[in-house]
Amino acid sequence: MPQTVTIEPVTRIEGHARITIDLDDAGDVADAHFHVTQFRGFEKFCEGRPFTEMPALTARTCGICPVSHLMASSKACDELMAVQIPPTADMLRRVMNLAQLMQSHALSFFHLSSPDMLLGWDSDPLRRHILGVAAVKPDIARDGIRLRQIGQTIIDLLGGKRVHPAWMVGGGVNAPLTTDRRDEIAALAPEALEITKRNLAWFKRSLKDYTDEASCFANFPSLFLGLVDRNGALEHYDGVLRVVDADGHVLEDQIDPRRYTDILGEAVEDFSYMKFPYYKAKGYPEGMYRVGPLARLNLCDHAGTPVADQELAEFRSIQRGAVLSSFHYHYARLIEVIFAAERIAELVAKPEILDEHVRAKARPNRAEGVGVAEAPRGTLIHHYHIDKNGQIQQCNLIIATGHNNLAMNAGVKQVAQRFVSGKQLEEGALNRVEAVIRCFDPCLSCATHALGQMPMRIELRDATGSVVDEAVRD
Amino acid sequence: MARQKVPPTQALTLTIDDQTVTAKPGQTVMDVASEHGIDIPHLCYLDGLSIWGACRLCVVEVEGQRRLFSACSTEVAEGMVVSTDSPRLRHYRKVIVEMLFAERNHICAVCVSNGHCELQAMAQRLGVDHIHIPYLNPQLSVDSSHDRFRLDHHRCIVCTRCVRVCAEVEGASTKGMAGRGIMARIINDLNEPWGDSQTCTSCGKCVHVCPTGALVEKGTAAAEMQKRRQFLPYLTVMRDNNHD
Repeated sequence: MPQTVTIEPVTRIEGHARITIDLDDAGDVADAHFHVTQFRGFEKFCEGRPFTEMPALTARTCGICPVSHLMASSKACDELMAVQIPPTADMLRRVMNLAQLMQSHALSFFHLSSPDMLLGWDSDPLRRHILGVAAVKPDIARDGIRLRQIGQTIIDLLGGKRVHPAWMVGGGVNAPLTTDRRDEIAALAPEALEITKRNLAWFKRSLKDYTDEASCFANFPSLFLGLVDRNGALEHYDGVLRVVDADGHVLEDQIDPRRYTDILGEAVEDFSYMKFPYYKAKGYPEGMYRVGPLARLNLCDHAGTPVADQELAEFRSIQRGAVLSSFHYHYARLIEVIFAAERIAELVAKPEILDEHVRAKARPNRAEGVGVAEAPRGTLIHHYHIDKNGQIQQCNLIIATGHNNLAMNAGVKQVAQRFVSGKQLEEGALNRVEAVIRCFDPCLSCATHALGQMPMRIELRDATGSVVDEAVRD
Repeated sequence: MARQKVPPTQALTLTIDDQTVTAKPGQTVMDVASEHGIDIPHLCYLDGLSIWGACRLCVVEVEGQRRLFSACSTEVAEGMVVSTDSPRLRHYRKVIVEMLFAERNHICAVCVSNGHCELQAMAQRLGVDHIHIPYLNPQLSVDSSHDRFRLDHHRCIVCTRCVRVCAEVEGASTKGMAGRGIMARIINDLNEPWGDSQTCTSCGKCVHVCPTGALVEKGTAAAEMQKRRQFLPYLTVMRDNNHD
């Protein structure tokens, strides 16, 4: 008898989702889906708003990564104003973006995913959380909480607020950095570096314990997409788009982010509120690609800071070509935090970081603006059209988590086929199905910003693939 | 309104919140309370403009009278006993502010006036932490056609300060009202885009007397719009003196 196993809600992720697993007559996994069940509507209700309000408005998409939206939105506003922002504003935005990367990666790695790794995928779910980690590995839990605090504190020192700072605006930032605050940031960065180095050390030592998970946690060939700087180095704030394939070959390079629609398309499936972006040249769904820390480390030529470059070389030795297992998103996250700590230290050490010219002012000078930045979870695209008075006519947001949608679905299926069997449904197996999603650190609140009619559908399919029963929720 | 010496026979004595105070005939309860450090909540009233009496936040109780009186438009009388604060008044004021929030789309977090808004400050002062009235969520327009300023109907509370300052201080009478009740809207000239107005002098006084983010300078991002309205009483006095 074919049946469907449902995991709802999926825990320790940002947002609400459900996973369904279809079993065949023999009780083996036939298919699996990752359903995103929440609904937002940002692209629609931003219409008519003045473009100058867009950074604050779109930042409300998310409480975890508001800085990333502020970044992409402010950059789109820079484009609409057709200004070159002051160099110091560029540096300050970079520092905030890296601090955001640090706090978000710390949250994903320590708070959400480390319980699986440190306590075991089969451990008691009631204790499988950050407090459970604190009970057995207090140093690691403390490090994770402190690392996130450092990232949040740097955001606060720059923007005056940890969540939704109103500091970043079209044309730059609205207040310069003071000497006192610069000194505080400069003192925090080395501590973040030390914390991350010692936690990366234990993670690397433990990798041998996770080989089973690494082998099937969305471990398959796919393309990777992300920003690199003009010289091919790791980049999170500005730069050009690059696409590499599973062998590490560069398919697209030096793509101006304004031209993202030349290479990316968006598909819709009826089982999820989240869209399915794909690489146009390969078509849908073959044009599946991944974004985020794993993708960024797979596609950059080098990191650009000393410790991160060493770690990147070691990371690359995992396999020839691109590192394909999504389990290594965790590994990549820690290397990126090292990069962030080093780069923040470099940026705040420059005397011009204190320059008071931090904002270019202008009226709307272009009808269309695209802002692209690397959010912790991957490439974030804000695309606005305005009328002659500067009011939004059309708004398109492509969110990092959305890019990973195809890969997450494929990953859920892969891990379900390895661990789930209809004859014995164990908690640990179901947790691994959730854990593969956690690797991607999806932010579903962000990813379901779109407006559209997509009824939720649960299908029960038999071994021949025909639907024997279905439930539809409008 | 230069201060004049009042002969003792023309001074009135009344009680406001158990304080015995003296006042001149013709003064309003709001004026006298303000002179004695009693701050009665208000939104449509603004020192330097004519009295409108529309927002009803300044309602006070007068002993011996069942109905409530708006402090801004009620003249003092000999022996009057006024109470500016009571559970009943607090309740009415909260409901009024809740109705203002429910009527349009006041989303403080993303508003250019966040942190510098009189409506927001009033809600905080009165302890409005929930809106118990269903939101109307109206679909309203934003007029960005003026070169420097914007009119955002989503954030307007129809206090008419802009209408009054434009007519009474600037003398342009660009701003007016159209519609009634919850359909009331601020308009420019004969309901034209602001940018097309033949009468607007672009002086910006309407923007600076506006208590919320309804009238703002363009180019401002969230929380950046700070109004400067200290000028108004002085401007009014100077103009009155010049006319004398």
